[in-house]
Amino acid sequence: MIKDITLGQYFPGNSVVHKLDPRVKIILTLLYITALFIVTNFKGYIVFGLFTFIIISISTIPHRFVFKGLRPLLFIIVLTAFINMFMTKEGVILYGIGPLVATDKGVEMAIFMVLRLLFLIMGTSLLTLTTSPILLTDGIEKLLNPFKKIGVPAHELAMMMTIALRFIPTLLEETDKIMKAQMARGADFESGNLLKRAKGLVPLLVPLFISAFRRADELATAMESRCYRGGDQRTRMKQLITDKRDYIAIVVMIALIAALIMMRLL
Amino acid sequence: MKQEMINAIKVDYTYESQQQDIPMVLRNININVKKGEFVAVLGHNGSGKSTLAKHFNALLLPIGGVVFVDNMDTQDEHVTWEIRQQVGMVFQNPDNQIVATIVEEDVAFGPENLGVPPAQIRERVNEALKLVDMYAYKGHAPHLLSGGQKQRIAIAGILAMKPACIVLDEPTAMLDPEGRKEVMRAIQKLNREEGITVVLITHYMDEAVQADRVIVMEQGQIVMEGAPRKVFSQVAYLKEIGLDVPQVTELAYELQKAGVKIQEDILTIEECIEAVAKKLKGNK
Amino acid sequence: MIIRIENLYHTYMKGSPFEKQSLNDVTLDIAQGEFIGLIGHTGSGKSTLIQHLNRLIKPTKGKIYILGKDITDKEINIREIRSKVGLVFQYPEHQLFEETVYKDIAFGPLNAGVSEECVHERVLEALKFVGLEESVLEKSPFELSGGQKRRAAIAGVIAMKPEILVLDEPTAGLDPAGRDEILFQIKSMHTKLNMTVILVSHSMEDIARIVDRIVVMHEGKIAMTGTPGQIFKQIKRIEQMGLSAPQVTYVMRALKDKGWAVKDEIFTVQQAKNELLRLLEGNND
Repeated sequence: MIKDITLGQYFPGNSVVHKLDPRVKIILTLLYITALFIVTNFKGYIVFGLFTFIIISISTIPHRFVFKGLRPLLFIIVLTAFINMFMTKEGVILYGIGPLVATDKGVEMAIFMVLRLLFLIMGTSLLTLTTSPILLTDGIEKLLNPFKKIGVPAHELAMMMTIALRFIPTLLEETDKIMKAQMARGADFESGNLLKRAKGLVPLLVPLFISAFRRADELATAMESRCYRGGDQRTRMKQLITDKRDYIAIVVMIALIAALIMMRLL
Repeated sequence: MKQEMINAIKVDYTYESQQQDIPMVLRNININVKKGEFVAVLGHNGSGKSTLAKHFNALLLPIGGVVFVDNMDTQDEHVTWEIRQQVGMVFQNPDNQIVATIVEEDVAFGPENLGVPPAQIRERVNEALKLVDMYAYKGHAPHLLSGGQKQRIAIAGILAMKPACIVLDEPTAMLDPEGRKEVMRAIQKLNREEGITVVLITHYMDEAVQADRVIVMEQGQIVMEGAPRKVFSQVAYLKEIGLDVPQVTELAYELQKAGVKIQEDILTIEECIEAVAKKLKGNK
Repeated sequence: MIIRIENLYHTYMKGSPFEKQSLNDVTLDIAQGEFIGLIGHTGSGKSTLIQHLNRLIKPTKGKIYILGKDITDKEINIREIRSKVGLVFQYPEHQLFEETVYKDIAFGPLNAGVSEECVHERVLEALKFVGLEESVLEKSPFELSGGQKRRAAIAGVIAMKPEILVLDEPTAGLDPAGRDEILFQIKSMHTKLNMTVILVSHSMEDIARIVDRIVVMHEGKIAMTGTPGQIFKQIKRIEQMGLSAPQVTYVMRALKDKGWAVKDEIFTVQQAKNELLRLLEGNND
């Protein structure tokens, strides 16, 4: 079910992680991902895993909720494991069936890659889980602002994201409604081969597109009525404030990276 | 002249201005809405009432004639945004006018566009949400609210811009009876207590009854205008142009037709009860 | 009984924090040819109930028999059920998708496996019932006016020749003239085709004018059922459920309370007029 996907969802809370400045949180996430690529040995992963575990605990988001976010990506994770396991030709051969040969190096690579992916997903979903979509888009807008001069439409991108987030639930509901209405007229969305199924989607997609365009049109009129004229001279009700805790968070992250680099060198 | 909120003079409009012989959507419309007035515009679908509404905040510009909003000409591009701040607009579909994913963020959208300082926006948002009785929902996601609640959020979003006038284009057409009542209560309150000028486009007669003045449109023209009592006493004509009258008004009209001498301009249940009771007593 | 619902329960999103009991022990019989008005506050379970009738929603517990067949049975032919029970959703014009009105109306019957020739006949017949001209058939449905679109969409369901027609607020958003026209067409279809019709509406005035029997839902249960007269005379009870009676019912009730001998099963202007005229003349004697 679409509703089961936790990836990208916001989980309201009052923890320190929730309260961090979204701009800082985005930067921290980027640093976290960078740090992930510094790690090359098991010791490093243990430190990294511990760090991730602690952050999730501080965020007060139930651990199982974070893990649930991994489920839709399980296939990709397994696939990565397989590819790494069988594509690595170096090292001592552990076992082999026909062309599929697994070496000790291969197994190691597979484990590393899977861990890397897991942390990557957990780290980024922690960002979206602890940051309301509005703050997230605000953060992105503010971070991209300096790039406006070279033509990055910071405000427009953020506005598009906000509107997309606002209309996703509405359009999902609408999809469900149109699907049912067509099923009531005997439409079949479930059986037949790929071509037949693709064709079967027409009665769903056409009305959905038309409705999306109608909504876009009406929304544009409504926004114009409310004096929307782009990002210039616009103010924001919620100001992003960088606090002491934000600086501490940055220091902690830099310390982690430093530690990881040390571990790699030593 | 200072008392005028909206003044439309000889307005003509058509959507396809390039072609010839296209019937005008609006023809020679003259309207004068006074400050603080509550005007209802009635008409069936396609009578031009929504098109007219869009002229009141410069979303559409007349092809012939002029529209003044608070003495500003809507053709003048320099005052377009000022006009839109003065005249807020609420539309039919509540889903398609809410921009943000959190109620208070959405209400803040207008004042943010106007460049109001942040602290003031917060104040305006709280005030607007309280006015429409939605303050308790300020942290909610709009898509989980009922239609009536969403529409009140949309009204709050306009109020936060501190307009002098609100134009509502069939705001209750997609709502259930409960939602309709909530929205009408909010509109009444804005007009009576806050002194905001209201133009309500509708085809619900029971809503138009609440206005100070009713304007009836048919085929792009104004065909009737006056106090609700006066307009609704024309039962036969209203029915002829595809409009309704409240059941009680129709009852009085039918009784009249059957030869019973009863007050003709009945609008509410209470008035009807009184008039009929008087008649019955008189007959005893 | 063309529809028999026995102890129907439905729980939304069972097991999640959003779990909600939307139908709670619903039992209802509807006879062939009846015209039912289904009313209730938003969230009372009306929509969930009607979607059970052609198995768009499966019950959590309970049985539904349509024309004697248990449609909760796994082995049932869903297609057959869906062509027997036609369901017109709210704002049905939003489901139009074909290039021409003809093709859109033909969509249902073609899915049901009706032959091309028969489909042609059915399209024309359905078109007539909803009062559209044949000239619209080759037009794109998106060129039509709002009211025409609504009728074309309804025709798409009629063309399936359902024995039971369920309409969820078919007049929502229409102006009084459009509303009256559609109600009149539904009524005439009901009479001419001897169809069983279930009409969901928020407008008590509409319901009062047109249906034989009213079913009132409240909090997932059937709260009341009876003729419009029987239902509307219990003003207090229906108001407790967030509903109201037609205006004239209130007038007549008030007159009765003031001591006049008026009948209390009055809910249309015509009835009220006749009753008042009777009283006035009676007094003259």
